Amino acid sequence: MSNDFSIIGKRTAMVDAAEKTTGAGKYTDDLSVPGMLVGKILHSPYPHARIKRIDYTRAEKLDGVIAVVIGKDAPNPYGILPVGHDEHALALDKVRYAGDNVACLVATSEAVAEKALELIDVDYEVLPAYFDPEESMKAESHLIHDNKPHNLEKDYHHVFGDPDQGFADADEVAEARFIANEVTHAAMEPHSTLASFELDPHTGRPGRLTVWSSTQVPYYLQHKLSLVLEMPMAQIRVIKPLVGGGFGGKSEVIPLEIIAAIAARKAQAPVKITYTREEVFWAHRGRPRTIIDLKTGVKKDGRITAVKARVVQDGGAYCSYGVVTILYSGALLGALYDIPNIQYNGYRVLTNKPACGAMRGHGTVNVRFAFESQLDELAAKIGMDPAEIRQRNLLQTPCVTVNGLRVQSYGLPECIERTVARSGWKQRKGKLPRGRGLGIACSHYVSGAANSIIRSDMPHSTVNIKIDRDGGVVVYTGASEIGQGSDTMTAQVAAETLGCTLSRVRVIAADTDLTPIDIGSYSSRVTFMAGNATLRAATQVKKLIAAAAAKKMNCAPEDLVFRADTVVKKNGHGSTDALVRPERSEAASVSGRVEGQILRGSLQQKRKDEGPKDSLTFEEAVVAAIDFHGALTGTGSYAPPAEARGGKHKGAGVGPSPAYSYSAQVAEVSVDEDTGEVTVHKVWAAHDCGRALNPVSVEGQIIGSVWMGMGQALTEEMVWKDGMLMNPGLLEYRSPSSIESPDVEPIIVESIDPEGPFGAKECSEGSLAATIPAIANAIYDAVGVRLHESPFTPERVLAALRANRSFKALNLTEGIDPTAPTRFREHGGSLWFKGKGPERHPLDPARSQTGAGGAD
Amino acid sequence: MKKQLIELRVNGRSHEVAIEPSALLLDVLRQELQLTGSKRACDDSSCGACTVLVDGVAMMSCTLLAASCEGQEITTIEGVSEHGSLAAIQKAYGDWGGAQCGYCTPGFIMTVKSLLSENPDPSEADVRAALSSNLCRCTGYNQMYEAIRSAIQAERKGLAEAK
Repeated sequence: MSNDFSIIGKRTAMVDAAEKTTGAGKYTDDLSVPGMLVGKILHSPYPHARIKRIDYTRAEKLDGVIAVVIGKDAPNPYGILPVGHDEHALALDKVRYAGDNVACLVATSEAVAEKALELIDVDYEVLPAYFDPEESMKAESHLIHDNKPHNLEKDYHHVFGDPDQGFADADEVAEARFIANEVTHAAMEPHSTLASFELDPHTGRPGRLTVWSSTQVPYYLQHKLSLVLEMPMAQIRVIKPLVGGGFGGKSEVIPLEIIAAIAARKAQAPVKITYTREEVFWAHRGRPRTIIDLKTGVKKDGRITAVKARVVQDGGAYCSYGVVTILYSGALLGALYDIPNIQYNGYRVLTNKPACGAMRGHGTVNVRFAFESQLDELAAKIGMDPAEIRQRNLLQTPCVTVNGLRVQSYGLPECIERTVARSGWKQRKGKLPRGRGLGIACSHYVSGAANSIIRSDMPHSTVNIKIDRDGGVVVYTGASEIGQGSDTMTAQVAAETLGCTLSRVRVIAADTDLTPIDIGSYSSRVTFMAGNATLRAATQVKKLIAAAAAKKMNCAPEDLVFRADTVVKKNGHGSTDALVRPERSEAASVSGRVEGQILRGSLQQKRKDEGPKDSLTFEEAVVAAIDFHGALTGTGSYAPPAEARGGKHKGAGVGPSPAYSYSAQVAEVSVDEDTGEVTVHKVWAAHDCGRALNPVSVEGQIIGSVWMGMGQALTEEMVWKDGMLMNPGLLEYRSPSSIESPDVEPIIVESIDPEGPFGAKECSEGSLAATIPAIANAIYDAVGVRLHESPFTPERVLAALRANRSFKALNLTEGIDPTAPTRFREHGGSLWFKGKGPERHPLDPARSQTGAGGAD
Repeated sequence: MKKQLIELRVNGRSHEVAIEPSALLLDVLRQELQLTGSKRACDDSSCGACTVLVDGVAMMSCTLLAASCEGQEITTIEGVSEHGSLAAIQKAYGDWGGAQCGYCTPGFIMTVKSLLSENPDPSEADVRAALSSNLCRCTGYNQMYEAIRSAIQAERKGLAEAK
């Protein structure tokens, strides 16, 4: 493949950067329409309870209250996965977590709605609740969902190769339990939805629905709205304005998105609902608390012989993406290293907490933390350098792994080499003063799932391109820009293919009325899939232009080169660059611009009389093509090839991808042995993204992933007590500020994937998973303790340090538990408590334990 | 609560608005004046997405009473562009990837403006300390430091050329 590009690979500001830096860009909550009302949701104060009665007569009487919506107004169940339709927009008979949605108030102002929320009387019958997944799995009665015995959402048991033989062959075996606590996306933009109905001119009744929503998946939202509202999809238009970050939290349908539509229907007026930050935490869908029992065997030469993992995920009250998450945790044990024997037992368990779903690095992150930590331990046992043991287990690509994953481009070897070189690993590892250390770890991720969550043969992405006489290129794509640079990637791919400037390209994205179907921005699929669809659409248009231009230039279409807004003959006049400038200026000085835009018979004729040309401006070529073919449009779509879709075993659909990204990282940390505080000084992160279409974006994604991984490694954790979230605020959730954030040196590795657009693969998620074990391994290097539970808070580090020296354990929080609230926050109208904590059912397992109980 | 009429000076223009005494500056800016560039993200002044300048001082408008700002000069992100063009810091944030999803960006830019007006030549530690009042979930901050450095240089170059 040629490396000579004019737009691809160049550092480019995002096409929507100015909108974002001036504040002019509109996010959903910035929108308003005439007559718009405000919706506020009443949430359950109990983690598990039956709703006996909802009485909202007092609320309805309040001046300014327009409507009250409850579960019965739209009782159809839904869920993001076809196998997990277990949610209702508003609870029908039962609430399953503290924060579950009970009713929605529609009022003329936020203040009225908040006041009215307090006037809704709900009688609950409190039920025993389950907070710990391993306890929940023993449940016999009071199940969270009646059709899920033992509160088990789903379990999978996979065996590939012969793990028993593998362990028998091993020289060293390590076995341990790792726990990764729950984290959430905390995207800066709280979820927001605005829904509005139009009256149908023929029936006179409410007809088409338009929904503006902060979503990563407009087409799934359209589908679920259709299901719940019992409306045809064609009557529903979903528009995605700017989205203020997703990280997976907006990759499924969040209750408010449906509630807003139901409310707009009942109130007969447009309704906007925006979550408070506290509600965002309860909406959650983040990375589940995961318990990993991991066993790995290696030979003395470092080769891994077998891996056995038992993974239990605390999935919360609904299925969400759970089935996919638990499958990813097992499937992506493969495709990073060459592991001949794998045994995997995965359990997705329901508990009475907000549902967990997809979060950056979906399913892989916590297991990767365990695996890379254990590999480090095994390297120490056999006396091998931790970087070398990873190099001893590389895949021989192209290949299909033991669990059916096809790997073609594989930049991991170069990632390891370059991080090792840049970090000075060989010179510095083991030679730093005590308290300071280096750690290495690797990770990988899919470039989109090869199998859509809704099984069908439909393309995963389709893109349309329209070019008019003005030479403006409009690309219509369903792909959702959520800050990752989707629109910029689309514009770059189209401009490079068509040989025009970036400023000619306008991207219209994610509007179900205008743009062809794209299944959304998740599992890092956009560059690979929507990028390929854009490439195909642009190639199709380019063919039409080339055919017409070739006629004008009296040559074969194949002899034309499209570059920098000019179409030139490949042969005859030397290099294309020499031709570009003079021809362009000449064309512009005559009448190029005007001529290109408006059909003028005389000028057209004049040009014809000039005889065949050696070069055309892009506009001239476009005009020629429209004169020749009529409309100038093209379309392209992408579906992953059959070879990339994985094996045949149960659950084989999750894990396969047309291409995998690779990452290797070295972290340098210091540990304060008196306080247990860990400081990350620098992270060197090499990432194989196939080809960096826009290095600014690729580096931004790598740094952002590493940073988010560091947050999970050191500070971020959702703290639960009896099903209540103790830290539902951005300050208390403790994601790192600029003070705590290290320098990250991104190193781009380009393996040029044979199927990616210009060779590109994903770059937004794969780096996250390596950061946590790289930090854990660096802590081990610094002070000799191996941490088995994330985040590595000062308490946990100190406890491990003391245990290592056989000191008595310190209980730092005894009697002064900072998470024990004396009163609850009630700001923003989300009313959790009416002055008292949750009542406990006598049979509640949390009651039998002393004090805290609950999840931790 | 009865509304009262106050006069707010925002981005060099005066606006008369009828608001409840309890109205927050952020809500008045976003809902009454349609200046939606300042964002609400945390509700409790922990993230800085709503940062505006009040008499040149960076303040979080989500926890500031609008009525208390009467008579003061408020600058929002909408007042940062210069002569209809991007200010150096806005251009640099775009070029260097300082903004990804962009939701926190207006707040950061106001914080940077306030920093640079107090300290035109900040050290890296100064920058980190100043930015710690704001939260970003996308970038990991690294590219913002480069954007700020380059904006300072661009400003200096521009000033030198003007002389």
